[in-house]
Amino acid sequence: MLNFLLSRLLTFVPTFIGVTLISFSFIRLLPGDPIIVMAGERGVSAERYAELQQQFGFDQPIYLQYWDYMLGVLQGDLGQSFVTKRPVVDEFFALFPATLELSICAITLAVLLGIPAGVVAAINRGKLFDRVLMSSALVGYSMPIFWWALLLIIVFSGWLGWTPVSGRISLLYYFDDVTGFMLIDSLLSGEKGAFGSAVSHLVLPTIVLATIPLAVIARQTRSAMLEVLSEDYIRTARAKGLPPSRVTYVHALRNALIPVITVIGLLVGTLLAGALLTETIFSWPGIGKWIIDSIFRRDYPVVQGGLLMIAVMVMVVNLTVDVLYGVINPKVRKS
Amino acid sequence: MALLEVRNLSVEFATTSGTFRAVDGFDLTLDKGDITAVVGESGSGKSVSFLAMMGLLPWTATITSDVMTFDGNDLRGISPRKRRSIIGKDMSMIFQEPMTSLNPCYTVGFQIKEALRIHLGMDRKARHARAIELFEQVGIPAPETRLSAFPHQMSGGMNQRVMIAMAIACKPKLLIADEPTTALDVTIQAQILELLTSLQEETGMALVLITHDMGVVAETAERVSVQYAGQKVEMQEVLPLFSTPHHPYTAALLAALPERATSKHLPTIPGVVPGQFDRPKGCLFSPRCAKADERCRTLKPPVEGPELGFARCHYPLNVPAEESA
Repeated sequence: MLNFLLSRLLTFVPTFIGVTLISFSFIRLLPGDPIIVMAGERGVSAERYAELQQQFGFDQPIYLQYWDYMLGVLQGDLGQSFVTKRPVVDEFFALFPATLELSICAITLAVLLGIPAGVVAAINRGKLFDRVLMSSALVGYSMPIFWWALLLIIVFSGWLGWTPVSGRISLLYYFDDVTGFMLIDSLLSGEKGAFGSAVSHLVLPTIVLATIPLAVIARQTRSAMLEVLSEDYIRTARAKGLPPSRVTYVHALRNALIPVITVIGLLVGTLLAGALLTETIFSWPGIGKWIIDSIFRRDYPVVQGGLLMIAVMVMVVNLTVDVLYGVINPKVRKS
Repeated sequence: MALLEVRNLSVEFATTSGTFRAVDGFDLTLDKGDITAVVGESGSGKSVSFLAMMGLLPWTATITSDVMTFDGNDLRGISPRKRRSIIGKDMSMIFQEPMTSLNPCYTVGFQIKEALRIHLGMDRKARHARAIELFEQVGIPAPETRLSAFPHQMSGGMNQRVMIAMAIACKPKLLIADEPTTALDVTIQAQILELLTSLQEETGMALVLITHDMGVVAETAERVSVQYAGQKVEMQEVLPLFSTPHHPYTAALLAALPERATSKHLPTIPGVVPGQFDRPKGCLFSPRCAKADERCRTLKPPVEGPELGFARCHYPLNVPAEESA
């Protein structure tokens, strides 16, 4: 197990370097100059421009800039935001709980609906439920997420007026952050109606963010179940005289979950990418919106640091999934 | 009353290219303690007949029969719940591939205790004790530790012993062994067959041995039913079958035994079992039969009486095997 962990951690090194290279060069490839953007409409004098260039190190050759950046990164310093002048790491951890809360809700929704839906579709293969479910999954998977979000806003916030359009909680409530998770904090605050408000703000973003993972999990579960249900050991289980529910949920599902867990792990990346769009549309104050805003402001350190943190998070999640694998699949455990 | 009685069992599969008749008029009567072998090539409907009795065929199968009773229960139109109380308990089955027939996610102990809990409602302690007893009975060394092993940690032979232990867990009246030794190597094959026959002797259960190996038949069975293309073509006691086969197919199978080969080349039966699209009009074996004539090719053969082993043939043989082949 230790060897396995160490070897997996070693593969992090090239991935990590790759991510820093990509995020570092990607933001610099975008047209636009952060100093000009910061100066805004007032403009900036030539001397002041040169001074600022020196201050940010833009006068150095690009490989030296990268070297300086990497020296900082290796010491845990992701630099300071050009705009807020606050350390990128601090900003990240201040905003991350919002994204985490949204992502956890979305993946939970996707798993809780997707796995049972896939199982039921597999058992009723070719019947109406299966067809309807699989077509909706295909639609859900292929739908542009921003369009879907706007559609939901028009219907549920616009026409029906059931849900708020943006933010994490109504402006009527104010309380201090304790955990950073609005659902928990609103309960802790003891203010009447605060929790309900937090939930109603969370509903639409969660649905939007869960759509693609839900579709993927449902389809994956269905095909894994279909494969497992035709295995010899399922025939053995039935030959034992076990009730169908036990055959399906104890004997088949456990085996079918092995590939599904892998997919869920991979979906975390998709989820964080989806969070960028979802948070922007719903003005959700998380790292997705933070990174998008920073791209427009050409806030180099924030974009670099934010992408790097997301990448590290995805890597850690995938490692966790690999470890979890052994819990479900005994074949991996002892080899 | 017979333990198992099946008359005119047919199984048809709905396929995209029409229906395919896998079993065509299968008959079998088994008494308590009988050992019967069902022999035939691949595709002759041996396994399918018994899977139909167990209710384990997919929904694409249509099963019809005149009589299908087991231990006083009519298996035709039996409710799923009632069937589940019979299979795995009074009538159980082991399969060809022990390595894939056990669930890889659970320990073998879990899988054997499961049957004990469902059918006998034993408590945890009793289940554990009975599982150990069963493992000892089927000759698994160190049963206590083996209970917590996963199937992939054991050999094919050991897994087949687990399958057998599971099948006899509730002291069944009938054990159906569907090619139990095909996937195992020769020395293990002998051990498993010996185990099956000794268990049969101990418990007095009826045993059906589905196989395509005439050697296995000779060693274990008392009675043999020969299947061809979904039909029973002959049924005899073992000794007379080996000495005087009545159906040309049986004679050809016996002639193909390495032990009986007289020349350097092993005799074979040319061709393959007819499939969905090349079913002959008359006798199903006629395209491959050396003795077939026009009558065989156009007219369905009658079923002879017990004195000719119920042979389904226009020209049943009645001479010792050496001369007929």
